[in-house]
Amino acid sequence: MSAEIENPVLEIHDLTVTYSKKPVLWDVDMTIPKGSLAGIIGPNGAGKSTLIKSIMGLVPIASGYIKIFDKDLKEVRKNVSYVPQRGSVDWDFPASVVDVVMMGRYGHLGFFNYPKKADKEVALDALRKVGMDAYKNRQISELSGGQQQRVFLARAIAQQADIYFMDEPFAGVDAATERAIISLLKELADKGKTIVVVHHDLQTAPNYFDWMVLLNTRLVAHGPTQEVFNDENLKETYGGKLTLLSEISKLLENKRFPAREAK
Amino acid sequence: MNAFLIILTGSLVAITCGLLGCFLILRKMAMIGDAISHSVLPGIVIAYLVAGSRDSTLMLIAAAITGVFTTFIIEFLNKHGRLQSDASIGVTFTWLFAIGVILISAYAGQVDLDQDCVLYGEIAYVPLDSWITGSGINLGPRALYIIGFVLLLVIFFIVIGYKELFLTTFDPAFASAIGISVTLWHYLLMTMVSITTVASFELVGAILVIAFLIAPAATAYLLTDKFKTMLFLTVIIGVITSFSGYYLAEWINGSISGAMSVISGLLFALAFLFSPKEGIVVKRVKYGFKTN
Amino acid sequence: MESLLEFFSFSDHNVQSVVIGSIWLTASCAIVGTFSFLKKRTLVGDAVAHSVLPGVCLAFILSGSKNPLYLIPGAFLTGWLSLVLIDKIVAHSKIKEDTAIGLILSVFFGLGILALTYIQHTDYANQSGLDHFLFGKAASIVREDLLIFSVIAIILMISVILYFKEFMLISFDEEFAQSIGVPVRRIELLLTTLTVLAVVIGIQAVGVVLMAAMLITPAAAARFWTNDLKILMLLAALFGAFSGISGAYVSYTAPAMPTGPWIVVILSTIAILSFLFAPTKGTLFRLLKQVKIKRKIKDENTLKTMFYMGEELSSFYHPMEVEEMISKRKMQKSSLEKSLLRLKKEGYLEKEKTGWVLTKAGKEKGQRIVKLHRLWEVYLTKYLNIAPDHVHDDAENIEHVITPELEERLEKLLNYPETDPHQSKIPY
Repeated sequence: MSAEIENPVLEIHDLTVTYSKKPVLWDVDMTIPKGSLAGIIGPNGAGKSTLIKSIMGLVPIASGYIKIFDKDLKEVRKNVSYVPQRGSVDWDFPASVVDVVMMGRYGHLGFFNYPKKADKEVALDALRKVGMDAYKNRQISELSGGQQQRVFLARAIAQQADIYFMDEPFAGVDAATERAIISLLKELADKGKTIVVVHHDLQTAPNYFDWMVLLNTRLVAHGPTQEVFNDENLKETYGGKLTLLSEISKLLENKRFPAREAK
Repeated sequence: MNAFLIILTGSLVAITCGLLGCFLILRKMAMIGDAISHSVLPGIVIAYLVAGSRDSTLMLIAAAITGVFTTFIIEFLNKHGRLQSDASIGVTFTWLFAIGVILISAYAGQVDLDQDCVLYGEIAYVPLDSWITGSGINLGPRALYIIGFVLLLVIFFIVIGYKELFLTTFDPAFASAIGISVTLWHYLLMTMVSITTVASFELVGAILVIAFLIAPAATAYLLTDKFKTMLFLTVIIGVITSFSGYYLAEWINGSISGAMSVISGLLFALAFLFSPKEGIVVKRVKYGFKTN
Repeated sequence: MESLLEFFSFSDHNVQSVVIGSIWLTASCAIVGTFSFLKKRTLVGDAVAHSVLPGVCLAFILSGSKNPLYLIPGAFLTGWLSLVLIDKIVAHSKIKEDTAIGLILSVFFGLGILALTYIQHTDYANQSGLDHFLFGKAASIVREDLLIFSVIAIILMISVILYFKEFMLISFDEEFAQSIGVPVRRIELLLTTLTVLAVVIGIQAVGVVLMAAMLITPAAAARFWTNDLKILMLLAALFGAFSGISGAYVSYTAPAMPTGPWIVVILSTIAILSFLFAPTKGTLFRLLKQVKIKRKIKDENTLKTMFYMGEELSSFYHPMEVEEMISKRKMQKSSLEKSLLRLKKEGYLEKEKTGWVLTKAGKEKGQRIVKLHRLWEVYLTKYLNIAPDHVHDDAENIEHVITPELEERLEKLLNYPETDPHQSKIPY
């Protein structure tokens, strides 16, 4: 069950990722079309975050390749935005809201350049979009979970990218924030931006996303929501791991076998 | 005059260490700083042996190399040996420090360093070792020039790399996603810590280097939640520490560097108890006795 | 050699004390250190070691005596206090543990240095020797010290034996320990007390800075050799004791050499050797294993290639030339030739004038690899929905790892398919 599309903005070919020789993603082949709001869905330990991290070059890949706008990540970094899990940073860090959002401009600045007035405008504008402009001088340690997530989103918007990768942006946020974030994402998608979101709530998923990637260490299905979001695929995604596959994974790890032959 | 020179040297050491310390404690790498401050010892001794004298440039280079080597070994043991990180740090720094002490004993005649100096330095002798030019003009204490130079280097480093240091400290995943090399900045920071350690080592000893790396920055961290303010407060706390430490040592006739680290601890204790936002006494008064 | 004999004859009473003392100190520290190692809190031991100094000085100032019966309680007191303070700082502020440890160790040590220099500058009679706590004095352990060291070491060891189970539980999984009714706080308290005690006596062997090594390094070295906690502790104690004796021997032969640093260097050397050479976990062993795996893959690929060629010729026992094999599958000639020789030795091949010929065993092995390759391709297309043109690379690798047991399950699960996704026949 794979969809072939023309001119995808994201193309993943035969991607295998291993952690200490154990494959956590197995031969993933997928594409995402421009302007879609795509959800990566799957149970815990399915490799959803790993998929995003490997797209962003944060974990080494054992085989395959990834193309964004038909190019390597390095060439298009300025057009790509990444929102890590909220829990991955220390919110006791001495920084203000605007400091964090300004980080979204760093990629455009280059070495030894300080943010200019125009960058500040972009940052403030991003804060307005997420409804946090009143908090711009607050310290991040004083924010609630939902507010922290909005700040992260504002940072991503300040990057002015064309494709966004978000790792669990709805984890532990209040209902109002969740609604605000999703409507903002829809707005971005309408403007032709592509948004890829790791998500684990099956209830809300079909309402949020127009494109779905069902994942459980291997790709179960991907395509337009109405085509792939059905009982059969969900059962396969959530119906436990393939025992043979996970035993071979374990074997690779225990025997220290390379997941791909060294070339 | 001597008192002024000692306090000035102490302040410069405190500021240099403190500025880097702000990054170290926020990166949860305080103990790596601790490890480096011990393990540069063999580098210093070898530089002594090679140069046959206190050649400062060679010493700084040797230190930078040993310091980076230390971080490298710690990471190697951790990643390739799968040794937990705390044990990797502990094994590495004790090993290198022990080698350093043995080298000192073996070449006692050639190396003008002793164990006491390694541990608590000889800041009191700073005014005695002056830099005298060929024509006989006294330019003041040599140590002051060295630490002054390193301070400028550190400030230069922080100014040009502020953005990168700030971002790789706060959110390394985001930093590498936008193309900033986390590893590069990590090693650059470690190089600066090593150079600073060596420049401060002879003056205040291994232990006060750690006190200066950690205590003022930790105190400042309790007093503010703005990073730039934290850097600024660290500088002020460093100067206060140096000043009061000197007079405490004078008063009880003890080690100056020991006294300075006691003061740095006292200042931390004050902040821990009475900081307007973080102090535990203040919190209790504000929120009643039930918290904690 | 002569000095070695002299040393081990123990004819010299001083040597006897030094050796026995060093063994007691290093072994008991290693045993207690094993638990802090497992709890991943070894650097706390470093903090305790530094924090002991002000206690020693304070006890001296108050009692005016160097008698260990006064100094040890003093050391114990500040060592304990440092641990309490570290915990308090972490619990009640945003300061993280590593910062708290570094802060406490440097401030307490500074206090100790201040007190020590104060004592040295004041007219205390009999103050020399306090700095043994700074740098250690393993080489000058005398009979009187020995008695105290032995008593403490025996207390440490007996406690560890008595509470072994509990210590193991709280080091492994505190919450589980709590759930089955282990008084976690009390056991933790006991373990902490033992650690502080170990530091207080260990510090007299190697000094403040190197004390951390006595706790950490033996356990870290032993960890490369075993997964069994009891053996781990025994090994750690053994490594500790060995370094203790060796360190004492070095300063016996070269009196200018400091004992403590030598003990630590020997310990570290053991750790590095273990890191490199220990079976299973050692780096070299793992590298060797990788080489072996690569060789196995190469050999199996050679047999597979010959089987493919046999398929095409419809005759598996036909002599095949090296060049032909290379044209069939891209391989380096020299490496292929080595592989062929290995396979010949194992009885999978024979060399004839016109080329290499598969033996029956060789053909069967090659056939098995080809079968597994094709079965795995079927599995990937059927269960992972992977397009037929994407399954080859994966199968190229997995074919080498599948065990006979998994092979059988794979066959049953797929119900012995006739062909692979590329319509090649699967040979059974």
